[in-house]
Order: sequence, then C-alpha cells, then structure tokens
Amino acid sequence: MTGQRTGGKAVVFGDNINTDLIIPARYLVSIDPAELAEHAFEPLGPEMQQRVQSAAVVVAGRNFGCGSAREQAATCLTGAGIRVVVARSFARVFFRNAINTGLAAVECPAAVDTIRDGDEVWADYDAGTVETAAGTFTFPAFPASLRDILADGGLIPHLMRQPKSPEKHDD
Amino acid sequence: MTTTPPKTFAQKAIERASGQRDLVPGQIVDAYPDLYMSHTASWRCIRTLERMGVSDLYDVDRIAMVMDHIAPAMSAKNAADHKLCREFAARMGIRRFYDVNAGIAHIVLMENGLIRPGEFVIGTDSHSTIYGALGAFGTGVGFSEITATWVTGKLWVKVPESVLIEISGATVPGTCAKDVVLRLIGDLGADGLTYCSAEFGGSYVASMSVSERMTFCNLAMEMGAKNAVVPPDDVTLQYLDGAGVAQDSFEILLSDPGAAYRETVRLDVSALAPQVSVPHTVDNVVPVDDVAGTTLDQVFIGSCANAKYDDLAIAADVLAGHHVAAGVRLIVTPASAAVMARASTTGVLATLIEAGATITNPGCGACAGNGGAMADGERTLSTANRNFRGRMGSYDSEIYLASPATAAASAIRGVITDPRNLMGSVAHESR
Repeated sequence: MTGQRTGGKAVVFGDNINTDLIIPARYLVSIDPAELAEHAFEPLGPEMQQRVQSAAVVVAGRNFGCGSAREQAATCLTGAGIRVVVARSFARVFFRNAINTGLAAVECPAAVDTIRDGDEVWADYDAGTVETAAGTFTFPAFPASLRDILADGGLIPHLMRQPKSPEKHDD
Repeated sequence: MTTTPPKTFAQKAIERASGQRDLVPGQIVDAYPDLYMSHTASWRCIRTLERMGVSDLYDVDRIAMVMDHIAPAMSAKNAADHKLCREFAARMGIRRFYDVNAGIAHIVLMENGLIRPGEFVIGTDSHSTIYGALGAFGTGVGFSEITATWVTGKLWVKVPESVLIEISGATVPGTCAKDVVLRLIGDLGADGLTYCSAEFGGSYVASMSVSERMTFCNLAMEMGAKNAVVPPDDVTLQYLDGAGVAQDSFEILLSDPGAAYRETVRLDVSALAPQVSVPHTVDNVVPVDDVAGTTLDQVFIGSCANAKYDDLAIAADVLAGHHVAAGVRLIVTPASAAVMARASTTGVLATLIEAGATITNPGCGACAGNGGAMADGERTLSTANRNFRGRMGSYDSEIYLASPATAAASAIRGVITDPRNLMGSVAHESR
C-alpha cells in the first residue's frame, strides 16, 4: 500500500444502517467483492445503489453495520470501490469485519457533522485525521496491530505474511 | 502486599483466554478461544483456508461446524457448500460436525454440552452472545477471523466495559422473557450496549430458566453488546448436568463485588405488558396494545431467540383447541432436532399441527430468509430477533417481533393480539 490516507467522493447515510440493507442474505452465496457489490444496498433502491457505486467514501451516523456478522457487508463495499467508511459509530462486528477485510473504518462524529452528500472526504487512520470541506478533524489513531492488518490488505493477507508454525498456548 | 482491584466477568474471561493478568477495558490482547463455531458460513472458511495454502490447524477439537442457515440445501450451490464442509470435517478429523438435521448452531452446541461457564467462544454469527446463558463469554466474528483462528488459535480482542442490567419483579401471565428483553432494547436502543459486556442480574433474572436466559443473551446483540452473561447458579448447573457436562470440567467466573460498570440499568417487570418490535428496527418497541389489530399474512415461531422447547410449549398452550385464522400461514421451525423430538413426545407438536401450523425441519429457516418468504405488501409476526427490511423476502414486506405467546394468539386471530385475551388458564412460561 502506498499510504494510509485515502478518500474521495462521499455518499452519506443516516443512523442504524443494518447489514440486511447493506447486503441481503440471499446474496451471501458469493464471496466475490465485485459480484456482491452489484447487490450492495439493493433494499434502498437503484438510485442509492448508483450513488454508492460512484462514491469512494461511505459516511454514516450511529451504529453503522448493525445486525448480522456477515463479512460480506464489508466486502461488498470494497467491491463497490469504497475505500473508507467514516461514521459516528460502528456496530462492533462490522468494525472487525471491515478491518479484517482491509477496509478502513473510522469513528469521527465531529467530521460526520460537516459532510454533505457528494463532498470530498479524506481519512488517514495512521495519523488519525479526517479532512472534509469544513476542515481537519481528529480521532484516536489505530493501534499498531490494526494498522498492520489494514496495511497488509486484511487479516488473511496479513497472516500469510507471518512466519509459519504458531506457538501453542497453555491455558 | 498489593490488592487486586475488583474485576468484571469480561475482564476475567479475557484474562483466562489470553493468559494475561490485570487487563483493563480498552486494552487489546490476543485471546485463545475454547471453541470456534462456524455455521453454514463454514464453506467460506474452507475456501479461505485453501487460498492461504495452509492445512495445519491449531486444534481441530476446538472447531464446531453446524449446517443450520440453509438446511437442507435449497440449490445445487448450497449442496456443494455442504458437501465441501462435510468432506473437510471428515478429512481433518473435526468431531464436532453437525449436519443439516441438527438444528440451529447455538442451541445444538449448548444441548450437546459444548459450552461451559467461563469459556471464551467465538462464532460466525452475531447472536453468539447467547452462550452467556451458561456463563460463557460468547461473541460473533466474521468468517475470515474464524479461518485465522483455525490456523493460529487466537484473535485480537478489546477488553470491553461492562453494563449491569438489574431486573426485578415477576411478570404477569402472558408476559414472557422475550417481552422483557424487547422492552430493554426499546429503552436502551440499537446501540445502547455497543462494545459492552452486558451482565444480567436481579431477582427476575435469577428466576429465569436457561431457555429464557438464552432469549435474553441472544437479544442483547440487538443492543450492540459484544457479549452478554447471566451469572451461573443452580439453574445453570442443572442444565449443564443434563447436557452431560462434568462439574469439574469448568470454572465459574463471576464479577467481583465492587467491580466497575460503565452504567447500571434497572427495570421492574411487575407491570410489563407484552411488547412488540415494529418495522424496520428492533429497538422500535411498543406495548402490544399499540399495534393490536394489525392484520397479518404469516406468523413465524422459530429462530435461536424463541424456538426452544419452552417456546413451542407456550405457543401450544395458547393454540390448544384453537385454529390458525383463515388466510394466515403459521410456520413453526423447532430450534433443534432434540427440541423437535421432545415436542413430538409431549404432544406439543400434535397440538401445533392440529391448530394448522406448518412444521418445518429444525434450523434457522425463515429467520435467515429460507422458507417462509413474504411477497410484496405482506406482513409477518415473528418470534425471531430481527425485523430488518427485506430479511424475509420482499423489500416491500414487514416483520413484527414478539413472544411465542403473542405469536400464537396473533395466529389464531389473524391480527396482532394481546395473548392475555386468549390465555384464560395459561400461566407463566414453564420454568
């Protein structure tokens, strides 16, 4: 990866966007990001789907990604060309799935307050900043362990770069 | 001599699983789960493992696979996915493989004695919080994390803050555990417990059966909880004994007196009416009277929230001697094969069938959108745990959530109905 600063045009959502809206269960037979992306946000209609397809940043209110543990809720966004999700807050499983599939997910309520649909938004999870038309906002930078996973493009690629033979744990 | 500050259940459970001491909320550590559950998503884990080119697994005895979400297969693709899992389990020596006949993963694992107090359990399912009903730390993760844990035995975990939820009083007849937890969700909101460990306590919680505790810990997910727990007591020990768990095979972890909670929530349930969660969010909760009379096309009694034996028995008590309203489809999906077998010997199943219910095979069924889908403009009252738009078929359909008693009463009348109107002699949920 070339850096931790990423962004572009934003599409803005409200609170409590759940995983059934992001990717309905009927499409979970696939794990292909491009195929999943075709159905991302399908319950919200074609106009919203079009806006997502032309965006690089998803901006959301509280509790984005609540609901199911389906990892494809993060994968379908990546497939749709989304590089970062900036929200007031995330449901915890979505946050994990985002990081683990290489999608930056940052909580920055102050930045969200200033963003309108179609605005340019840039985020840097290393520096802990979100840049919007209104200025630069900060959030706690990610711990090193999560930065490493993101930098490698997700948990599985990260693991594949590790040396083999894990040590056994006594408990 | 130094004194150790009092700890919460969550701190102790993660200390045990990580081998580290004196953890504080917010800290990120590597934890080694006791069990990794994967359901129908298991095929994705296997494909991921193939992509990694790894065949050496950390400990196959910690892997449990249950084919529950789409069972039996609905398509050649599903069948191929199941076949992949079946063959993988055989090849790798995974003994905890449960096929399409078994039922919903969470219930199957608890019935089979695979969940013990104090254990750290992860699952490819958000409702893995349910394992707290037996005093375990259960939490949901994605399939990549399960795959990674198959290989490394560990995953990163943030030590959560804890919220204590103390519930007192006894419910009136017709009000079930589901109504109590729906009220909590309505009060605290869909993100009221995000990232938190939810600890249930108080006289009402102590009086709950394990089945009711499962309903509670399951639904805690709908407030965003990382895990949920009911402190183990004699009720727990009796259940574990029945599930064949040896008393010396686990250590009960309890929060210390004086442990720090982010917040304490109190609820008295003495006067609580049956509750209904209204489309399209689970935290949109109203007393049943507010929506009584709403016409229904379908009633679904199923899911890991409310399709255990007790739930089916409550529904059968209400439905006995009645028939499902004309034009309404009542679908009953027992949580597990064991639940179905018991219901078939006690007369519960016969009562449901005589009342006009369609009984399906055990599993997730309509809750996962498989069998029992709705057409445009239709409305279902469901005992499941989610009412998100499009979850059960058409994006233009509606899901209301309620207890098994409310579901049964509503099936009889064909409209959302307060079960107390139909329950002359029926008392509390069986304890």
